[in-house]
Amino acid sequence: MKSWLTTTDHKRIGLLYFWTAFGFFLLGGLEALVIRAQLAKPEGIGVSAEFYNQMFTMHGTTMVFLALMPLSAAFFNFIIPLQIGARDVAFPRLNAFSYWVFLLGGLFINASFLAGPLFGADRLSVAPDGGWFGYANLTSKQFSPGPNIDFWLLGLQILGIASLAAGFNFIVTILNMRAPGMKMLRLPAFSWMTLVTQFLVITAFPVITVALVLLMFDRFFGTHFFIPAGGGDPILWQHLFWLFGHPEVYILILPAMGIVSEVLPTFSRKPLFGYTVVVYSGVLIGFMGWGVWSHHMFAAGLGPIADSVFSATTMLIAVPTGVKIFNWIATLWGGQLRFPTAMLFALGFVSMFIIGGLSGVSHGSPPADLQQTDTYYVVAHIHYVLFGGTMLGLFAGMYYWWPKMTGRQLSETLGKWHFWLTFVGMNLAFFPMHFSGLLGMPRRIYTYGAELGVTGFNVVSTIGAFLIGAATLVFFVNLLRTRRHGAPAGNDPWGGATLEWAIPSPPPVYNFTVIPQVASRLPLWRTERQAPMAPLPLTPPAPIHVPGGSWWPMFTAFGLPVMAIGALSHQVWLVLVGVAVVITGIYRWAYEPFEV
Amino acid sequence: MSQAHATSMGLDSRKMAFWAFIGSECLLFGSLISTYLIYKGKSLVGPYPHEILNIPFTSFSTFDLLMSSLAMVLALAAIQRGDMKQGKTWLFVTAFLGLVFLGGQVWEFSHFMHEGLGLTTNLFGSTFYVLTGTHGTHVTVGVIWLLTLWVQALRGKLGPGQALTVEITGLYWHFVDVVWIVIFTVVYLIQ
Repeated sequence: MKSWLTTTDHKRIGLLYFWTAFGFFLLGGLEALVIRAQLAKPEGIGVSAEFYNQMFTMHGTTMVFLALMPLSAAFFNFIIPLQIGARDVAFPRLNAFSYWVFLLGGLFINASFLAGPLFGADRLSVAPDGGWFGYANLTSKQFSPGPNIDFWLLGLQILGIASLAAGFNFIVTILNMRAPGMKMLRLPAFSWMTLVTQFLVITAFPVITVALVLLMFDRFFGTHFFIPAGGGDPILWQHLFWLFGHPEVYILILPAMGIVSEVLPTFSRKPLFGYTVVVYSGVLIGFMGWGVWSHHMFAAGLGPIADSVFSATTMLIAVPTGVKIFNWIATLWGGQLRFPTAMLFALGFVSMFIIGGLSGVSHGSPPADLQQTDTYYVVAHIHYVLFGGTMLGLFAGMYYWWPKMTGRQLSETLGKWHFWLTFVGMNLAFFPMHFSGLLGMPRRIYTYGAELGVTGFNVVSTIGAFLIGAATLVFFVNLLRTRRHGAPAGNDPWGGATLEWAIPSPPPVYNFTVIPQVASRLPLWRTERQAPMAPLPLTPPAPIHVPGGSWWPMFTAFGLPVMAIGALSHQVWLVLVGVAVVITGIYRWAYEPFEV
Repeated sequence: MSQAHATSMGLDSRKMAFWAFIGSECLLFGSLISTYLIYKGKSLVGPYPHEILNIPFTSFSTFDLLMSSLAMVLALAAIQRGDMKQGKTWLFVTAFLGLVFLGGQVWEFSHFMHEGLGLTTNLFGSTFYVLTGTHGTHVTVGVIWLLTLWVQALRGKLGPGQALTVEITGLYWHFVDVVWIVIFTVVYLIQ
């Protein structure tokens, strides 16, 4: 127990990230099912408007910040050091700190479900209810007087710190900890996409931090940053939020693109087609992701020039994305294809992401977008991208790397059930939303009338959502069953090409008995020019120093929710206690003996 | 925290992380400065910037902060060549000049409050206090950091072997200084 609380081992932190994020994923899924149950018939099944608002807000917030991002982080943690031939990340204690801050931030924001009585509310739940985008001035004290929005803005600030710390850590790790011979253009595609993602994280999160701080000043101290009565402009919130929010979309999708770029070549027994182009288009997406944010705001009326510019950039960014898709398809072409579950999910990713990408381009046209804004068409788009894209990609990664992470393979039979239930379920759930949306069904409204003519579509969507829920249960059973009954994985169950497959599963605490010399992009494969890398020695030729654990990352992390609780309850002394905890933690951390 | 390993890029990992952090901070201050500029001239009531900003006084503060950067350079140079006596002196001078700047900011804030410009008075007040206050917080962190190094040096625990730590502290200090140059120009000089 203590060894898990103080761990600085990237592999253990990766597993902690996985199980925590998976827990939040189940919670976010449950919230989605409440929404779908309510929408199963006209006028709903009795969920109150108030609770419905909390459900869609927490579903979005949870899935984006507490499920998809940290599930990606689980793979960054576990896989990146292995892929680049390193013994750990650059800053192991900072890595532990990121995890604890993420966990505590997630618990803080979800504590709002039970905190009502503490704030004198007449109901149990005072969960955030302003949407995951928290548009001003709905979030102002005037229109949201309860603590709901405070939980949201404080929780997101905490989570931002976790992401930023991890961002610095992984940028340095990937750039600086590569094994000898692993030049940047020998870096596995997943590591490359992670690098681009982390650059987006460290540049996008400061922007939302500023937005949240300004909102906090409005709510706690009575400023008017987003309040028209005092001269403030609610549109500024939209700019700041989407200036963060659109890079965030690529923060969510690029890791999944990286995973798929590992899985498809392995199961086609072919190198990734156009590796360099895939890498450069990933970098290009990273840059262009900064120039499209206002396409979320066409309905705000920014004028013809702004609309035209952002329409053009939105369509342009589809080009590097399309390039990647053609490269993945060309990777399959002429390959020796195998179809284990990981491959099925990767192919699911490519096909579903195309649908999500196309509806995304259709939003890029302002006249069309005005018809689609705030309808279920947008909900369809976002779910094809984030579920059909990111989540299927993450599932591909889970089936691909789970043997490496635990030493045992997930059941293929249950895996196939999981895939097909998910695939059918998601299309049943999300495809009809294109139609219900274009027929005029607004999103974020807790009921609809039978006369709108969308009842049939909604019934199908609800059935699909519960199928996804069933599929997720199958996956959960698979995870648990594998702990005892999974087939031993060996070093390399799939015949992979990258360094993580050169070492035992699960890897020993020091990862590599000797740090490998890398001479090609596919070190474990025989290529025209290169013989496969010689196997590593089974035992380390010399004793390997492994960093010990530390309590201080967790201790320091605890200061942040204390500060947030102080702010929430307007107790300045409690905020100061939190600050003192953070400062103490930093000093103890900086001056404890810790050799990496 | 010694970083004995050879790194792929030849740059120390802590230093690289710090450069990434500075890049991230640019976006933080960039967003705050943009907010200030967007709301410039949008205040519904006074006091307005030209009625209240005291350029000669703040020019002195700015000069003070610039000199602290010079002291920081001298501190690092001294510590790198092993002259801890000079190093200690200049570390303290850097922190002291930082404290003078903070004192100036406290005086400025209380003077503005007295003149009727509160945090919530108008958009100018809100954007001004949040922007310069965020910068002041950064200066405060820097002063605490510098004093920590100074105390370590007094106790004989900071020597040329820790020059990299001092260098990173210097990176932070110079960055905070550069940000102030931008704020001084945008808020005070270009009205």
